[in-house]
Amino acid sequence: MATVYKFKPLNVGRWVIWSLFALLLLVAPLMFTRNLSHTMLEQMGIAIIACLSYNVLLGQGGMLSFGHAVYTGLGSYMAMHALNAVSGGKLGIPVSLLPLVGGLSGMGFAVLLGWVTTRKSGTPFAMITLGVAELVFAMSLMFSEFFGGEAGVSGNRVAGQPFLGITFGPQIQVYYLIAVYTFVSVAALFAFTQTPLGRILNAVRDNPERVEFIGYNTQRVRYLAFIISGFFAGIAGGLGAINFEIVTAEVVGAARSGAYLLFTFLGGATFFFGPVIGGVLMVIAFVLLSELTKAWLLYLGLVFLFMVMYAPGGIASLIMMNLRVAKFGKLRQIWNSYLGLGLTALVMLAGAGAIIEMVYHLQLNSALGDNLRFMGVMLNARGLDSWFGAAFVMLTGLGLFELARRQYMREWGAIQEEIEKEIKRRETAV
Amino acid sequence: MEFFLISMLNGVSYGLLLFMLSSGLTLIFSMMGVLNFAHASFYMIGAYFGYTLTGLIGFWPALIVSPLLVGACGALFERLSLRKVHPYGHVPELLVTFGLSYVVLELVQLIWGRVAVEFQPPELLKGSAFTLITHSVEGMRLVLGAAPADMCASMDTAVRVVCSPFPATRAFMMVVAVLMLVALWLLLTRTRIGLVIQAALTHPDMAEALGHNVPRVFMLVFGAGTGLAGLAGVIGGSTFVTEPAMAATVGSVIFVVVVVGGMGSLAGAFLASLLIGVIQTFAVAIDYSFLSLARDLGWQLSAAAQDNTFAKLTVSQVAPILPYLLLVLILIFRPKGLLGTREG
Repeated sequence: MATVYKFKPLNVGRWVIWSLFALLLLVAPLMFTRNLSHTMLEQMGIAIIACLSYNVLLGQGGMLSFGHAVYTGLGSYMAMHALNAVSGGKLGIPVSLLPLVGGLSGMGFAVLLGWVTTRKSGTPFAMITLGVAELVFAMSLMFSEFFGGEAGVSGNRVAGQPFLGITFGPQIQVYYLIAVYTFVSVAALFAFTQTPLGRILNAVRDNPERVEFIGYNTQRVRYLAFIISGFFAGIAGGLGAINFEIVTAEVVGAARSGAYLLFTFLGGATFFFGPVIGGVLMVIAFVLLSELTKAWLLYLGLVFLFMVMYAPGGIASLIMMNLRVAKFGKLRQIWNSYLGLGLTALVMLAGAGAIIEMVYHLQLNSALGDNLRFMGVMLNARGLDSWFGAAFVMLTGLGLFELARRQYMREWGAIQEEIEKEIKRRETAV
Repeated sequence: MEFFLISMLNGVSYGLLLFMLSSGLTLIFSMMGVLNFAHASFYMIGAYFGYTLTGLIGFWPALIVSPLLVGACGALFERLSLRKVHPYGHVPELLVTFGLSYVVLELVQLIWGRVAVEFQPPELLKGSAFTLITHSVEGMRLVLGAAPADMCASMDTAVRVVCSPFPATRAFMMVVAVLMLVALWLLLTRTRIGLVIQAALTHPDMAEALGHNVPRVFMLVFGAGTGLAGLAGVIGGSTFVTEPAMAATVGSVIFVVVVVGGMGSLAGAFLASLLIGVIQTFAVAIDYSFLSLARDLGWQLSAAAQDNTFAKLTVSQVAPILPYLLLVLILIFRPKGLLGTREG
């Protein structure tokens, strides 16, 4: 068997991507100068770290956790208590290191609770994480001294001695703190996937039995990965505490854990950069989509459902699959189908959206009258014509979409076959 | 004594309700390996269907019809969605049911609103099933239905009379659960379809080779399991509250039940349901803390110790976390679960 030696002193593509990422983090607040966009950018940084740390479990370790918010949330609380200690003069660390306090405490709780949870894998693991999450959330209502009860714990991030004039009073300073932590965390988590532990973790996900045979203790590997994940989750939590200056019990709640799971999966758990997309989407959904429509959770759930059924690799896998098609120069062949799919889907969604919005309107704002605006059209939530029109639009869209989808599936299959043949041909040519 | 008896009965009835839910969950899990995260959502749908149908056709027909409807919804979901994900493995299956729980919650809020609906039990079940009368002189007596007022009041101040009624809805809950348990057991062990189910459970390929349609058996089992959840929903909804949060409150507890009982073990689920039902009911009713314990033992505590959060916690305050504590303890000392046979 011929061994192919590769000599790559510098992985140019990787350097370009990481430089671009750093550059993006640097210039993003200069491009979007509005106050809201700064808030969103900060939250995106935090969400990216949280989703990536979650993906160490879900994507890399195959561990479906329903309780990741426990580690981000407890990290938040510990960082907030540390911040208050700094303000009170009891603790002498700079504010910029508080996320590390959060990270270490997240790690500590992962050491403690992970010992129980990682004894199992697969479905039992998922249920135990759910149980632990409920345990912590129920405790948050019991110990109001630590968790601050209903009001939560608040603090002031302008505390301690300013370092080089950085007080963290202005928002932009907080943004850059988050940006630095985001970059370092993303880089560290990427580096983790390249370590022997990261590799064996993938093996534990794919075939635990074989890993046992080659002499590794799968439980130990899961436990170590869980601890690392807890550390970065805690960092995200600590940054959240500095950013919002208040921590309430909902940060350890089941809804937050569910959101991490949902968006990590939507972004794509099978690729390293998937959760980055997921984190960005999460903030967009929470901040913008929830403003736009009251039914956003329903849309989110439906999108998630269809994603699991039809694209289990998330958005990242969709991007990578199309990149592969583009690499072989075949994107042009399928372009028309994409256009058709997009247009028919839009028609269908417009109809379905109108119906959902009308039902929500009847349920929530019927005091405001029967009329509502939806995509520039006036609808009457009690009028037969509006309902009929919306249903007609939806059904037409559905029929056309199905036709477009069949056409697309045919073309996609043909292209994949061509690509396989091309790969075979190149291999034999070598 | 009457406190103990009534609490015990309440605990057992709550435990039996939990069993109605966890039996379906266990059945589905042991058959298909799918942990149905949306199981409590089907329970909620059952309650809301029951509420709507009670308004249309009355409570008793609704008690039959809504579980059937919920079962049909479950079977439809299995056919259209879960079966597509099945080849990808167990984690996507769990994820699909997780997504369903989001959608169901939103749909329920969309259709029935965000506040609790008034789902009343029928007249027959509104009163009490029986009343325990504790008489400090004559001892304890049991009266069917509500006790007359003169029996509960005492003429003499030296004689203490306490009447503790037991609600009829809870008694009904127990009867239905026990009937269901017996029916399920008979179905699984004494009928042909039960044999096929058991065969498909352990040897799906062999059962398929013998000419049984295993995917259809899976669909039926999923439908039956969710139907049981729907039945529990009609009864639970009319006994407690019918609100959008009801799925979340009971959902995590039934997962604890399934793990504590042992994954995939029906008998284990039964035992764990009763255990958790009784523990929770008793814990809620006991207003006792370390502080009162120390006081009863005659210890002198310092002011700081008396103000300690841990010392002040009463058992009733700790009640919500007890099932989860039990879960953690079971996992540490008996990872298989109480009656489980396999380590997951």
